[in-house]
Amino acid sequence: MPVNFIYPSFEIVRNDTRCTVCGVCVAQCSNGVHRFNDSRSRILSDESQCVNCHRCVATCPERALKIVRSDDCFRDNFNWSQKTIKELYLQAGSGGVLLSSMGNPEEYPTYFDRILLNASQVTNPSIDPLREPMETRVFLGGKPDKIERNPNGSLIINTPVYLPLKIPVMFSAMSYGSISYNAHEALAKASKELGIYYNTGEGGLYKDFYEYGKNTIVQVASGRFGVQTEYFSNAAAIEIKIGQGAKPGIGGHLPGEKVKAAISETRMIPEGTDAISPAPHHDIYSIEDLRQLVFSIKEAVDYKKPVIVKVAAVHNVAAIASGIARSGADIIAIDGYRGGTGAAPTRIRDNVGIPIEPALSSVDMRLREEGIRNRVSLVVAGSVRNSADLVKAIALGADAVYIGTAALLAMGCHLCRSCHSGKCNWGIATQNDKLVSRLHAETAKERLVNLITAWKRELQEMMGGMGINSVEALKGNRLMLRGIGMTEKELEILGIMHAGE
Amino acid sequence: MEKQIINCSSLSSKEINSLLRVPRTSNVALTGILGQRFIGSGMKDIDVEISGTPGNALGAYLDGGKISVKGNAQDAVGDTMNEGNIIIHGSVGDALGYSMRGGKIYVKENSGYRTGVHIKEYADKKPLIVIGGKTGSFLGEYLAGGTIVVLGLGIDGTVAGNFTGTGMHGGVIYLRTDVLPPNLPKQVSVFDAGKDDIFYLESLLSEYFALFNLKPEEILSSHFFVLRPNARNPYKQLYVLN
Repeated sequence: MPVNFIYPSFEIVRNDTRCTVCGVCVAQCSNGVHRFNDSRSRILSDESQCVNCHRCVATCPERALKIVRSDDCFRDNFNWSQKTIKELYLQAGSGGVLLSSMGNPEEYPTYFDRILLNASQVTNPSIDPLREPMETRVFLGGKPDKIERNPNGSLIINTPVYLPLKIPVMFSAMSYGSISYNAHEALAKASKELGIYYNTGEGGLYKDFYEYGKNTIVQVASGRFGVQTEYFSNAAAIEIKIGQGAKPGIGGHLPGEKVKAAISETRMIPEGTDAISPAPHHDIYSIEDLRQLVFSIKEAVDYKKPVIVKVAAVHNVAAIASGIARSGADIIAIDGYRGGTGAAPTRIRDNVGIPIEPALSSVDMRLREEGIRNRVSLVVAGSVRNSADLVKAIALGADAVYIGTAALLAMGCHLCRSCHSGKCNWGIATQNDKLVSRLHAETAKERLVNLITAWKRELQEMMGGMGINSVEALKGNRLMLRGIGMTEKELEILGIMHAGE
Repeated sequence: MEKQIINCSSLSSKEINSLLRVPRTSNVALTGILGQRFIGSGMKDIDVEISGTPGNALGAYLDGGKISVKGNAQDAVGDTMNEGNIIIHGSVGDALGYSMRGGKIYVKENSGYRTGVHIKEYADKKPLIVIGGKTGSFLGEYLAGGTIVVLGLGIDGTVAGNFTGTGMHGGVIYLRTDVLPPNLPKQVSVFDAGKDDIFYLESLLSEYFALFNLKPEEILSSHFFVLRPNARNPYKQLYVLN
């Protein structure tokens, strides 16, 4: 029906004076955009299949290709945008629930961009990170209520179990299934080299990765896929996943056709069967039940590993975090509404949850007010895009951050937001062997290490500028932050002053 | 085999589990148990007999061995269990065997709500839950594999509660009764057990019958319903890629 025709969003511009009809673009595009004509004298392009992942642009040896936004448009309407109309046609034509990938791309305010950092001038001089030691190590987990000493004055070591990090950044939960083997390998290797952690997500842990156990966080979600004692013993910490920022309050569903041999092995379900993660854990209906799960895991690991509870940032996240802190968890992970995903219903991703910045600030302040902030560490996620976001998050009270999208970008993701198709041309969000082989694990690891190393230098430089020489001293140090263009209410929630104050 | 008796009346869960982790050659009998949780959590190769009433999450993540309770147990017994046997000579509370993947749980009497939710099977692991009496609502919700049998011994009428098998997409439930549970969801197909089913149950339940001194011929001559998922993908919603 003509009404279902939607003009493609992108146009492929091929410079025929440059194109040598070599066919690299034809071979590289898993979406089948490029094809030879009958006489193989030209290459034709079908834009309707293009997701704008730039694989063809990047691999064209003659730089003969570029992708531009289509200027085809409906009549201007502020209320009924192009996007709104297109989505409506899609649903009217299919009766389907809109499915999207990666984080919420909508035009909501990003509070990190409205926060500015302080620096020392004249008094309390800045510290030169090239010359002075600048501590970026943090230790995630509860801290004792007080320092205790033996009669002879020596310190009693009474710290609960903790995770040491050389830099306060970890790789977010991304399951083997949602991302490829090579991508997982790169994350695991980079974590080992950097002295940080990656997270298996809820898809279980593949045996090949047991050797990175000291840098692995394993997840226990409502489906309990792959959860067994070996899973615990090959991990540094165990994360109970209650929710994620991209889809708070709903469950997950990995369709049977994606459950192939290796995925079946890690999830511990037969090949070809659906992997359903119910919306809630049906053994957790209260904080008391959560406490029970936390302690059943602690008992299973003999109290030797910390337990993380991950929740999505929702309206009453401060009260929820207070409950989690009292449940015996060592670390709380909070995922803001910009958090990424391999697939989520569009409406939920774009409309449910709150930004990480106010969520973090309100949780930190609430736990301080209740005198229980020392019982847990806070790890935040949901679009930490660069080292400045990292510094601001720490100053708002975070102990560390999780990065997902930023890590994927480092490995080569071009943010085309089509992970749910399983045809990732960059070999990241796919299980197609041919596509997976495009991602070289060693190179991807190097790029991850480069990124985090660069962030570390920037972190040290920004801290030095503020006259601070350790992440611990930056933590919750809101005096280092000023808001710009925010209302009094926003400033109050973030606990910061306005620029000029 | 020799049995080591440990009086637990003044011991915490943590202390009991520390004792159980000590490698030993003999069986262990824990006496005086009163509500201590997490007993045997994540352990394998243990052989424990419990007198008293253990608390929640008994045998969570159990990876082998045997736990036998001479009495009742509480909620979340055998949570995410992978292997081994749990035997309850009485009744159990809610969320029995949540998400278990392997092993067997035998309950002599009744179980509470949410029994056998999201049980799954994998390779040679085929979990089995047998309840002698009846169960509460939400039996076998999200069932993805394995077998649940409710024998309804001494029970008149239905032996399971509301919404049995909601979201079921694998596995099988046998109910020994003439009355179907109320509000069966559309993901469940109901059959009357035939000769093949009874033959299968006879071997499947032989251990259970022997354990509780039951007469198979009396029990298996009654009517059984067989509940199976009626579609492979109950939650396959039509999505449209945006």
